[in-house]
Amino acid sequence: MRALIVTGGLTALLSLAAASTPALAGSEDVVVEGAWSRASIGTTRPGAAYMTIRNTGDAPVALTGIATPLAMMSEIHETSTNAVGVTAMTPAGEIIIAPGGSVALEPGGLHVMLMQLQTPMMEGQAFPLTLLFDDGGEMTVEVPILSIAARGPGD
Amino acid sequence: MWRRKILGFGAAGAGVLVFALFIGWWQVDGPGSPEPAGQMPIALSAMDFSLTDHEGKEVGPGTLVGRPSMVFFGFTYCPDVCPTTLSDISGWLDDLGEEAEVMNVVFITVDPERDTVEAMAEYVGHFHSAIRGWTGEDEEIEAAARSFRASYEQVPTEGGNYTMNHTASVFLFDAVGRFVTTIDYHEPREFAVPKIKRALKEIAKPETS
Repeated sequence: MRALIVTGGLTALLSLAAASTPALAGSEDVVVEGAWSRASIGTTRPGAAYMTIRNTGDAPVALTGIATPLAMMSEIHETSTNAVGVTAMTPAGEIIIAPGGSVALEPGGLHVMLMQLQTPMMEGQAFPLTLLFDDGGEMTVEVPILSIAARGPGD
Repeated sequence: MWRRKILGFGAAGAGVLVFALFIGWWQVDGPGSPEPAGQMPIALSAMDFSLTDHEGKEVGPGTLVGRPSMVFFGFTYCPDVCPTTLSDISGWLDDLGEEAEVMNVVFITVDPERDTVEAMAEYVGHFHSAIRGWTGEDEEIEAAARSFRASYEQVPTEGGNYTMNHTASVFLFDAVGRFVTTIDYHEPREFAVPKIKRALKEIAKPETS
Protein backbone atom coordinates (compact mmCIF):
# COMPACT_ATOMS: atom_id res chain seq x y z
CA MET A 1 0.00 0.00 0.00
CA ARG A 2 2.72 2.41 1.07
CA ALA A 3 4.81 1.45 -1.92
CA LEU A 4 1.81 2.09 -4.12
CA ILE A 5 1.34 5.57 -2.70
CA VAL A 6 5.02 6.35 -3.13
CA THR A 7 4.97 5.08 -6.69
CA GLY A 8 1.81 7.01 -7.37
CA GLY A 9 3.32 10.15 -5.95
CA LEU A 10 6.46 9.61 -7.92
CA THR A 11 4.57 9.10 -11.15
CA ALA A 12 2.60 12.27 -10.48
CA LEU A 13 5.80 14.16 -9.75
CA LEU A 14 7.53 12.83 -12.81
CA SER A 15 4.63 13.57 -15.11
CA LEU A 16 4.39 17.03 -13.59
CA ALA A 17 8.08 17.58 -14.22
CA ALA A 18 7.74 16.20 -17.72
CA ALA A 19 4.85 18.53 -18.40
CA SER A 20 6.46 21.63 -16.95
CA THR A 21 10.02 21.32 -18.16
CA PRO A 22 11.43 19.79 -21.28
CA ALA A 23 14.49 18.93 -19.16
CA LEU A 24 13.42 15.38 -18.33
CA ALA A 25 15.12 12.81 -20.49
CA GLY A 26 16.97 9.50 -20.04
CA SER A 27 17.78 8.94 -16.40
CA GLU A 28 14.69 7.70 -14.63
CA ASP A 29 14.51 9.33 -11.21
CA VAL A 30 16.43 12.52 -11.82
CA VAL A 31 14.72 15.79 -12.60
CA VAL A 32 16.57 18.94 -13.60
CA GLU A 33 14.90 22.25 -12.86
CA GLY A 34 15.67 25.89 -13.52
CA ALA A 35 18.69 25.41 -15.77
CA TRP A 36 20.31 28.66 -16.93
CA SER A 37 23.61 30.16 -17.96
CA ARG A 38 25.11 33.54 -18.70
CA ALA A 39 26.07 34.86 -22.11
CA SER A 40 29.80 34.95 -22.83
CA ILE A 41 31.96 37.56 -24.49
CA GLY A 42 33.49 35.59 -27.34
CA THR A 43 34.95 32.15 -26.71
CA THR A 44 38.14 32.78 -24.76
CA ARG A 45 36.58 33.10 -21.32
CA PRO A 46 35.03 30.10 -19.58
CA GLY A 47 31.27 30.02 -19.06
CA ALA A 48 29.14 28.68 -16.21
CA ALA A 49 25.76 26.97 -16.06
CA TYR A 50 23.45 26.48 -13.11
CA MET A 51 20.48 24.23 -12.28
CA THR A 52 18.86 22.20 -9.55
CA ILE A 53 19.23 18.43 -9.83
CA ARG A 54 16.56 16.54 -7.95
CA ASN A 55 16.55 12.82 -7.21
CA THR A 56 12.95 11.66 -6.98
CA GLY A 57 13.91 8.01 -6.60
CA ASP A 58 14.63 5.95 -3.51
CA ALA A 59 18.28 5.24 -4.21
CA PRO A 60 21.21 7.65 -4.24
CA VAL A 61 22.34 8.83 -7.66
CA ALA A 62 25.83 10.11 -8.43
CA LEU A 63 26.49 12.68 -11.11
CA THR A 64 29.86 11.66 -12.53
CA GLY A 65 30.31 13.93 -15.49
CA ILE A 66 29.05 16.58 -17.86
CA ALA A 67 29.28 16.82 -21.63
CA THR A 68 28.22 19.45 -24.13
CA PRO A 69 29.14 20.22 -27.71
CA LEU A 70 29.42 23.86 -26.62
CA ALA A 71 32.66 23.34 -24.67
CA MET A 72 35.70 21.13 -25.20
CA MET A 73 35.89 20.62 -21.47
CA SER A 74 33.12 20.82 -18.94
CA GLU A 75 32.99 19.74 -15.35
CA ILE A 76 31.33 20.58 -12.07
CA HIS A 77 33.32 23.09 -10.06
CA GLU A 78 32.77 24.46 -6.63
CA THR A 79 33.47 28.01 -5.52
CA SER A 80 34.43 28.33 -1.89
CA THR A 81 35.26 31.36 0.21
CA ASN A 82 37.73 31.15 3.08
CA ALA A 83 37.71 33.01 6.42
CA VAL A 84 39.43 36.10 5.00
CA GLY A 85 37.11 36.38 1.99
CA VAL A 86 39.32 34.79 -0.66
CA THR A 87 37.36 32.73 -3.18
CA ALA A 88 38.73 29.72 -5.00
CA MET A 89 37.28 27.34 -7.58
CA THR A 90 38.04 23.64 -7.55
CA PRO A 91 36.66 20.61 -9.44
CA ALA A 92 33.92 19.15 -7.27
CA GLY A 93 34.34 15.52 -8.35
CA GLU A 94 31.37 13.18 -8.11
CA ILE A 95 28.15 14.74 -6.83
CA ILE A 96 25.91 12.38 -4.88
CA ILE A 97 22.24 13.23 -4.79
CA ALA A 98 20.44 11.52 -1.92
CA PRO A 99 17.07 9.84 -2.47
CA GLY A 100 14.41 12.51 -2.30
CA GLY A 101 17.13 15.14 -2.15
CA SER A 102 18.43 17.74 -4.52
CA VAL A 103 21.67 19.52 -5.31
CA ALA A 104 21.61 23.17 -6.30
CA LEU A 105 24.15 24.46 -8.77
CA GLU A 106 24.01 28.21 -8.17
CA PRO A 107 26.23 31.30 -8.30
CA GLY A 108 28.97 31.19 -5.71
CA GLY A 109 28.67 27.47 -5.11
CA LEU A 110 28.56 24.46 -7.38
CA HIS A 111 28.41 25.24 -11.08
CA VAL A 112 29.03 23.63 -14.42
CA MET A 113 32.29 25.12 -15.66
CA LEU A 114 32.34 25.34 -19.45
CA MET A 115 35.91 25.55 -20.71
CA GLN A 116 37.19 26.09 -24.24
CA LEU A 117 33.91 27.29 -25.70
CA GLN A 118 33.38 26.25 -29.30
CA THR A 119 30.99 29.10 -30.03
CA PRO A 120 30.12 32.25 -28.09
CA MET A 121 27.22 31.89 -25.69
CA MET A 122 24.60 34.24 -27.13
CA GLU A 123 21.81 35.64 -25.01
CA GLY A 124 18.43 34.23 -26.03
CA GLN A 125 19.88 30.97 -27.33
CA ALA A 126 20.17 27.61 -25.57
CA PHE A 127 22.58 24.71 -25.64
CA PRO A 128 22.27 21.00 -24.82
CA LEU A 129 24.06 19.76 -21.71
CA THR A 130 24.30 16.04 -20.93
CA LEU A 131 24.53 14.86 -17.34
CA LEU A 132 26.26 11.49 -16.90
CA PHE A 133 25.34 9.31 -13.94
CA ASP A 134 27.11 6.46 -12.17
CA ASP A 135 24.56 3.88 -13.32
CA GLY A 136 25.42 4.64 -16.93
CA GLY A 137 22.30 6.76 -17.35
CA GLU A 138 22.44 10.04 -19.20
CA MET A 139 20.14 13.00 -19.32
CA THR A 140 20.29 15.87 -21.75
CA VAL A 141 18.80 19.22 -20.81
CA GLU A 142 18.50 22.42 -22.81
CA VAL A 143 20.17 25.27 -20.96
CA PRO A 144 18.87 28.73 -21.85
CA ILE A 145 21.49 31.47 -22.17
CA LEU A 146 20.48 34.61 -20.31
CA SER A 147 22.14 38.01 -20.09
CA ILE A 148 25.76 38.21 -18.93
CA ALA A 149 24.44 40.10 -15.89
CA ALA A 150 21.71 37.54 -15.08
CA ARG A 151 21.38 36.56 -11.44
CA GLY A 152 19.11 33.55 -11.70
CA PRO A 153 16.86 31.49 -13.94
CA GLY A 154 14.12 34.10 -13.74
CA ASP A 155 16.24 36.97 -15.04
CA MET B 1 86.72 42.71 40.44
CA TRP B 2 83.11 42.50 41.66
CA ARG B 3 82.36 45.79 40.07
CA ARG B 4 83.67 44.55 36.74
CA LYS B 5 81.50 41.44 37.02
CA ILE B 6 78.42 43.55 37.76
CA LEU B 7 79.23 45.81 34.81
CA GLY B 8 79.58 42.69 32.67
CA PHE B 9 76.18 41.41 33.77
CA GLY B 10 74.70 44.86 33.19
CA ALA B 11 76.03 45.01 29.66
CA ALA B 12 74.78 41.52 28.93
CA GLY B 13 71.38 42.46 30.38
CA ALA B 14 71.17 45.58 28.26
CA GLY B 15 72.13 43.52 25.22
CA VAL B 16 69.37 41.02 25.93
CA LEU B 17 66.89 43.86 26.39
CA VAL B 18 67.85 45.47 23.07
CA PHE B 19 67.63 42.10 21.36
CA ALA B 20 64.19 41.44 22.87
CA LEU B 21 62.98 44.87 21.77
CA PHE B 22 64.31 44.22 18.29
CA ILE B 23 62.53 40.84 18.10
CA GLY B 24 59.36 42.50 19.32
CA TRP B 25 59.56 45.21 16.68
CA TRP B 26 60.39 42.64 14.00
CA GLN B 27 57.35 40.57 14.80
CA VAL B 28 54.86 43.35 15.37
CA ASP B 29 55.77 46.22 13.04
CA GLY B 30 58.88 45.13 11.17
CA PRO B 31 59.39 42.88 8.16
CA GLY B 32 58.51 39.86 10.28
CA SER B 33 54.98 41.09 10.97
CA PRO B 34 52.20 38.69 10.04
CA GLU B 35 50.40 38.95 6.71
CA PRO B 36 47.71 41.62 6.81
CA ALA B 37 45.03 39.07 5.90
CA GLY B 38 41.74 39.97 7.48
CA GLN B 39 42.86 43.50 8.34
CA MET B 40 41.01 46.58 7.20
CA PRO B 41 42.03 48.51 4.11
CA ILE B 42 43.94 51.72 4.78
CA ALA B 43 42.41 55.10 3.88
CA LEU B 44 42.35 55.86 0.16
CA SER B 45 44.35 59.02 0.83
CA ALA B 46 47.18 56.89 2.27
CA MET B 47 47.30 54.53 -0.72
CA ASP B 48 49.76 54.87 -3.56
CA PHE B 49 49.28 53.13 -6.90
CA SER B 50 48.67 54.11 -10.49
CA LEU B 51 46.41 52.21 -12.90
CA THR B 52 44.51 52.77 -16.16
CA ASP B 53 40.73 52.73 -16.36
CA HIS B 54 38.75 51.04 -19.11
CA GLU B 55 38.69 54.28 -21.08
CA GLY B 56 42.48 54.55 -21.01
CA LYS B 57 42.61 57.30 -18.36
CA GLU B 58 45.28 57.26 -15.68
CA VAL B 59 43.67 56.63 -12.30
CA GLY B 60 44.67 55.97 -8.72
CA PRO B 61 43.35 56.18 -5.17
CA GLY B 62 43.28 59.97 -5.48
CA THR B 63 40.70 59.64 -8.27
CA LEU B 64 38.29 58.21 -5.70
CA VAL B 65 38.65 60.74 -2.90
CA GLY B 66 35.86 63.30 -2.89
CA ARG B 67 33.05 60.83 -3.49
CA PRO B 68 32.03 57.68 -1.64
CA SER B 69 33.50 54.58 -3.26
CA MET B 70 32.84 50.91 -3.74
CA VAL B 71 35.90 48.91 -4.82
CA PHE B 72 36.34 45.20 -5.51
CA PHE B 73 38.87 42.87 -7.07
CA GLY B 74 38.23 40.20 -9.70
CA PHE B 75 39.08 39.18 -13.26
CA THR B 76 37.07 38.90 -16.43
CA TYR B 77 37.96 35.24 -17.08
CA CYS B 78 36.09 34.35 -13.91
CA PRO B 79 32.89 32.50 -14.82
CA ASP B 80 31.10 32.43 -11.48
CA VAL B 81 32.04 34.84 -8.69
CA CYS B 82 32.91 37.94 -10.73
CA PRO B 83 29.84 38.15 -12.98
CA THR B 84 27.79 37.43 -9.86
CA THR B 85 29.47 40.25 -7.92
CA LEU B 86 29.14 42.64 -10.87
CA SER B 87 25.47 41.82 -11.34
CA ASP B 88 24.83 42.04 -7.58
CA ILE B 89 26.43 45.49 -7.55
CA SER B 90 24.42 46.49 -10.63
CA GLY B 91 21.30 45.41 -8.73
CA TRP B 92 22.26 47.38 -5.60
CA LEU B 93 22.93 50.46 -7.72
CA ASP B 94 19.55 50.04 -9.42
CA ASP B 95 17.89 49.76 -6.00
CA LEU B 96 19.62 52.91 -4.76
CA GLY B 97 18.83 54.80 -7.95
CA GLU B 98 19.77 58.50 -7.92
CA GLU B 99 21.15 58.20 -4.42
CA ALA B 100 24.08 56.14 -5.70
CA GLU B 101 24.88 58.40 -8.64
CA VAL B 102 27.60 60.18 -6.68
CA MET B 103 29.38 56.91 -5.99
CA ASN B 104 32.63 55.65 -7.55
CA VAL B 105 32.29 51.97 -8.40
CA VAL B 106 35.56 50.32 -9.35
CA PHE B 107 36.43 46.80 -10.41
CA ILE B 108 40.22 46.24 -10.21
CA THR B 109 41.50 43.21 -12.10
CA VAL B 110 43.92 40.80 -10.46
CA ASP B 111 44.71 39.35 -13.90
CA PRO B 112 46.31 42.22 -15.88
CA GLU B 113 47.94 39.67 -18.19
CA ARG B 114 44.58 38.90 -19.83
CA ASP B 115 42.57 41.90 -18.65
CA THR B 116 43.89 44.64 -20.90
CA VAL B 117 42.20 48.03 -21.07
CA GLU B 118 40.19 46.78 -24.08
CA ALA B 119 39.15 43.57 -22.30
CA MET B 120 38.03 45.56 -19.27
CA ALA B 121 36.07 48.00 -21.45
CA GLU B 122 34.29 45.18 -23.23
CA TYR B 123 33.47 43.44 -19.96
CA VAL B 124 32.27 46.29 -17.75
CA GLY B 125 30.09 47.54 -20.60
CA HIS B 126 27.75 44.63 -19.89
CA PHE B 127 26.97 45.78 -16.36
CA HIS B 128 25.77 48.97 -14.63
CA SER B 129 27.17 52.03 -16.39
CA ALA B 130 28.64 53.37 -13.14
CA ILE B 131 31.13 50.47 -12.91
CA ARG B 132 34.67 51.38 -13.94
CA GLY B 133 37.29 48.75 -14.76
CA TRP B 134 40.90 49.36 -13.70
CA THR B 135 43.96 47.47 -14.87
CA GLY B 136 47.69 48.13 -15.09
CA GLU B 137 51.18 46.87 -14.38
CA ASP B 138 51.61 43.85 -12.10
CA GLU B 139 53.45 45.88 -9.46
CA GLU B 140 50.73 48.52 -9.36
CA ILE B 141 48.00 45.90 -9.00
CA GLU B 142 50.06 44.32 -6.21
CA ALA B 143 50.41 47.69 -4.49
CA ALA B 144 46.67 48.30 -4.76
CA ALA B 145 45.79 44.86 -3.38
CA ARG B 146 48.21 45.35 -0.47
CA SER B 147 46.58 48.66 0.48
CA PHE B 148 43.11 47.11 0.40
CA ARG B 149 44.42 44.07 2.32
CA ALA B 150 43.16 41.98 -0.59
CA SER B 151 45.00 38.93 -1.81
CA TYR B 152 45.12 36.98 -5.05
CA GLU B 153 46.98 34.08 -6.54
CA GLN B 154 47.29 32.50 -9.98
CA VAL B 155 46.25 28.84 -10.04
CA PRO B 156 47.01 26.63 -13.06
CA THR B 157 44.07 24.66 -14.50
CA GLU B 158 43.83 21.76 -16.93
CA GLY B 159 44.66 22.54 -20.53
CA GLY B 160 47.48 24.97 -19.74
CA ASN B 161 45.13 27.74 -18.59
CA TYR B 162 44.91 29.37 -15.22
CA THR B 163 42.38 30.84 -12.89
CA MET B 164 42.75 33.32 -10.05
CA ASN B 165 41.88 32.91 -6.40
CA HIS B 166 41.11 36.34 -5.01
CA THR B 167 39.44 38.35 -2.29
CA ALA B 168 35.84 38.74 -3.38
CA SER B 169 34.68 41.24 -0.75
CA VAL B 170 33.43 44.66 -1.82
CA PHE B 171 35.14 47.53 0.02
CA LEU B 172 33.22 50.67 0.90
CA PHE B 173 34.82 54.06 1.54
CA ASP B 174 33.23 57.38 2.47
CA ALA B 175 33.70 60.59 0.51
CA VAL B 176 36.92 61.53 2.31
CA GLY B 177 38.35 58.12 1.55
CA ARG B 178 38.04 56.49 4.94
CA PHE B 179 37.25 52.79 4.94
CA VAL B 180 33.65 52.19 6.10
CA THR B 181 32.97 48.46 5.80
CA THR B 182 33.01 45.48 3.47
CA ILE B 183 30.20 43.64 1.81
CA ASP B 184 31.20 40.02 1.81
CA TYR B 185 30.56 37.78 -1.12
CA HIS B 186 27.08 36.29 -0.91
CA GLU B 187 25.85 38.77 1.65
CA PRO B 188 22.10 39.22 1.20
CA ARG B 189 20.91 42.39 -0.45
CA GLU B 190 19.08 43.35 2.78
CA PHE B 191 22.52 43.90 4.32
CA ALA B 192 24.36 45.25 1.29
CA VAL B 193 22.15 48.20 0.42
CA PRO B 194 22.07 49.67 3.97
CA LYS B 195 25.87 49.34 4.11
CA ILE B 196 26.20 51.32 0.89
CA LYS B 197 23.82 53.90 2.33
CA ARG B 198 26.14 54.21 5.33
CA ALA B 199 29.10 54.97 3.07
CA LEU B 200 26.97 57.51 1.19
CA LYS B 201 25.76 59.14 4.39
CA GLU B 202 29.22 59.73 5.79
CA ILE B 203 29.67 62.45 3.14
CA ALA B 204 28.14 65.06 5.41
CA LYS B 205 30.10 63.99 8.46
CA PRO B 206 33.03 66.27 9.33
CA GLU B 207 36.51 64.76 9.34
CA THR B 208 37.18 63.56 12.87
CA SER B 209 40.40 61.64 12.65
